[in-house]
Amino acid sequence: MAGGFVYTATSQTDLSTSEIYGKAIADIMQRDPKVVAVTADLAKSTKLGDVLKVCPERVINVGIAEQDMFGVAAGLARAGITPFVSGFSAFTSMRACDQLHTDICYQNVNAKIIATHSGTSFGQAGSTHHAIVDLAIVRAMPNITLIVPADGYETANAVNAAYDNFGPYYIRINRGFDRVLYENMDYGFEVGKAVEINPGSDITVIACGSCVLQAKEAAKFLENADGLKVRVLNMHTIKPIDKEAILKAVTETRRIITVEDHSVIGGLGSAVAEVVVEAGKGCAFKKLGHQDKFAPIGLHEDIMAEVGIDANGIINAVREVMKADFEEDDNWDDEF
Amino acid sequence: MALSKQEWLALEKKAHELRKLTLQTVAWAGSGHIGGGMSILDLLTVMYHKYLNIKVEDPKWEDRDRFILSKGHAAISYAPVLCDKGFNDVEMLKTFNLSGSKMGMHLDSNKVVGVDASTGSLGHGVSIAAGTALAARILGKDYLTYVATGDGELGEGSNWEGFMTLNHYKLSNCIVFIDRNHCMIDGNTEDVMKLEPLADKMVAFGFNTVTVDGNNISALCEAIDAAVARSKEPCAPSCIIMDTKKGAGIKTIEGDYLWHYGGIDDAMFEKFNNELDEDYKVRCERAEKEGE
Repeated sequence: MAGGFVYTATSQTDLSTSEIYGKAIADIMQRDPKVVAVTADLAKSTKLGDVLKVCPERVINVGIAEQDMFGVAAGLARAGITPFVSGFSAFTSMRACDQLHTDICYQNVNAKIIATHSGTSFGQAGSTHHAIVDLAIVRAMPNITLIVPADGYETANAVNAAYDNFGPYYIRINRGFDRVLYENMDYGFEVGKAVEINPGSDITVIACGSCVLQAKEAAKFLENADGLKVRVLNMHTIKPIDKEAILKAVTETRRIITVEDHSVIGGLGSAVAEVVVEAGKGCAFKKLGHQDKFAPIGLHEDIMAEVGIDANGIINAVREVMKADFEEDDNWDDEF
Repeated sequence: MALSKQEWLALEKKAHELRKLTLQTVAWAGSGHIGGGMSILDLLTVMYHKYLNIKVEDPKWEDRDRFILSKGHAAISYAPVLCDKGFNDVEMLKTFNLSGSKMGMHLDSNKVVGVDASTGSLGHGVSIAAGTALAARILGKDYLTYVATGDGELGEGSNWEGFMTLNHYKLSNCIVFIDRNHCMIDGNTEDVMKLEPLADKMVAFGFNTVTVDGNNISALCEAIDAAVARSKEPCAPSCIIMDTKKGAGIKTIEGDYLWHYGGIDDAMFEKFNNELDEDYKVRCERAEKEGE
């Protein structure tokens, strides 16, 4: 494992995902004087407290000005500095969309964006602060690597990878308070390679972010209740996406469900569907996520339940998709 | 203090050559942002032939001064300046705007050598310049960052975010130019979206602000000298509002907002070339008369 920081189960329990990000970036900044943190009045909300303690002179706060934040980051990067830019995903993807597109991606600068409070993780703040179209926006931009970590350990791995590799990275994390998926950082994280969380041959659930743990729990339940072997893939990297893992799932399980705290238009589900369709290998397919609707206000877990991207929603979807058959007849009506 | 006659005349000569090359590039391309390209050309000339500490043989030299053309559509004159300087082959100008060319209406910093930022979408340059100037402070380097915006461009709110950052971090190592040519696509700036009192606005945003005739090379250099002199210690950033004429040097189109972008035929090319020659004579007379 690269990097000089390791987090224990205790720190994972005690710290939110974004706090772990804050610690990870503080560790990097202590080692490398050419790394800075840039934020737009969200240093505390995006958990840069540790950085403020160790290198306050390298925290650049531009005030409430996300467009400026990306422009400044691009200028810093062009001059040889690696900026870690943090802000709420709703604003890093939408408010400063042109700057992300032009200053960061088009110029292909070495800037790392940590987009916090993504999906509906800041549920009570309402749709102005939900980010359910950010994956669709960012994924379409050339040059950028897009990662959606499932928990704090994975966030630390993603931050390490972003630091180790040149180019724009967009790491989409939650508000924090995520439940633990992994036991430690050593599970073989690799950018662009899905992680199999649960083996299975009946159906594959491909998830990202906070939906991965829900998929894992759904798989456990379905094995006990229905005797189903549900493969669960943590597709932490949305771009470049792991085509090999997707096509393996198509041929070995012939049923795929995608789950994301994002619109079903343009995000993980769309990315997976593109791979399946372009391979010319059809399979039963269902996308779970926000169904072209703005989400209600509420606690994150309540919104996930209502939208059907929690364990219950996944269980129901798996049972529905398992009804699909693949008879070699001309009747398409009984297929999924 | 005004420039010496010798230096002033030399810069006028270079500016004239670059205006001719710009007009030639418009002719090769068939059309171009000729108005805004000409209004800013005196600044581009003094930047690349007097002020910028750069190395043509080492365009990515990390200690170089930076120049960020926020009004990226002035590429029609910026590309000739960069080619003439030796960063790119002058022959490339013959492909300007053509399919497959490395050079288009807005320059790509990853394709055209010597370009410090890819601009085009307006309102981006100031923030990029702020980041570049901040980097100098963080890295302990003494290079300067120059950024040039248009005046109509200032309608983009992002400029004012960038101005706030420059002021807040006392980035006097960044010098902002505003090409005040009074025109934008749909008309005169004060008719489309009122900008005045522009100098007062810049002062209110914390800038040490001066307004000069941006098509008078000597006056422009005086203002830049003063801004450079106060760039060493962190203090209020400098803003030089360049009062210019859209299409400066070509009498037929000077000050006419309709020449924001335009195509020219052979007859126009010849006429405009003659007008540039006439303008050059007047400029040289002024340099002879007013130069030190």
